[in-house]
Amino acid sequence: MALFDFLRPKKDTASIAKNRLRILIEQERSDSGGPDYLPVMRRELLEVIRRYVNVDLDAVKVDLLKDGDHDVLDISVSLPEKPGPAGAV
Amino acid sequence: MTQIIVVTSGKGGVGKTTTSASLACGLARHGKKTVVIDFDVGLRNLDLIMGCERRVVYDFVNVVNGECTLKQALIKDKRFDNLFVLAASQTRDKDALDKDGVGKVLKELEEDGFDFIICDSPAGIEKGAFLAMYYADTAVVVVNPEVSSVRDSDRVLGLLSSKTQKAERGERVEDFLLLTRYNPVRVESGEMLSIKDVEEILGLKVLGVIPESTDVLNASNKGEPVILDMETPAGQAYDDAVARLLGQERALRFTQVEKKGFLSKLFGG
Repeated sequence: MALFDFLRPKKDTASIAKNRLRILIEQERSDSGGPDYLPVMRRELLEVIRRYVNVDLDAVKVDLLKDGDHDVLDISVSLPEKPGPAGAV
Repeated sequence: MTQIIVVTSGKGGVGKTTTSASLACGLARHGKKTVVIDFDVGLRNLDLIMGCERRVVYDFVNVVNGECTLKQALIKDKRFDNLFVLAASQTRDKDALDKDGVGKVLKELEEDGFDFIICDSPAGIEKGAFLAMYYADTAVVVVNPEVSSVRDSDRVLGLLSSKTQKAERGERVEDFLLLTRYNPVRVESGEMLSIKDVEEILGLKVLGVIPESTDVLNASNKGEPVILDMETPAGQAYDDAVARLLGQERALRFTQVEKKGFLSKLFGG
């Protein structure tokens, strides 16, 4: 059996785990380092936007970025390809 | 000078109590006057791992409430004269412990001349875990090479740098990672995160690496912390970790796949 081991595809799931953890932990560290109002603000922004455009729940991204000495609040909203009727929540 | 060490992890079942018991025995074997305290109110288990479950009369909460003296509640280990266990209470009242009560007991232990106080944290990030870490000088974060454990460890490291007395004073708790259930064969086949992976993700070096082994379960079954069995790789790996805690240099062992020689390949073994 061992002779043909090399024919089997190697399951390198550890590197998948590592990449997923890197992204997730970076995200969680920036969340916990940022001001407490970020999650609430994100939710309220989403509510306002959804009054006009029917966007997904994860359409609003709020990030706190460092630009030299300044903190930059980076808000991005991804709109759906076919906007649904407003207020269709 | 008393050093307070919290053994914590966030995630349950990664080996906190096993580690607390082995670190405590290892430090005592080095001649250090040591006490190990179970902070898991309602789910007492350290006594079982230490093998003193039938000698628990009073517990941590009894001491805090003044229902007995600290001396009455400290269970003296049968193997080492300088090792003591303070059991958790089996009460279901999660508020049985508070910051002041814990602080008073730790202070009394310091005055009694203990070199090391090991605080065995409950899982989670609730009150018990918070109390176990609050007064710590040093933290041993137990982590398995597995996604949920690594993620939770990062959360706990965040708490250690913000919610402890040291953090409030603008100082830092000294953090160490202890990787347990490590299986070099599975790491080599790409199925398990490596030491380097975990160190890179969490940005910390390991204090020790304990190999995955049935010896750990056997030790728990007997109530003899695995560090006491120096024939076993897990026992030796814990002994190395204790030596490193005390500032000695020890190379990592049992972290590589053992290369089988031609003869053992031929004849097995």
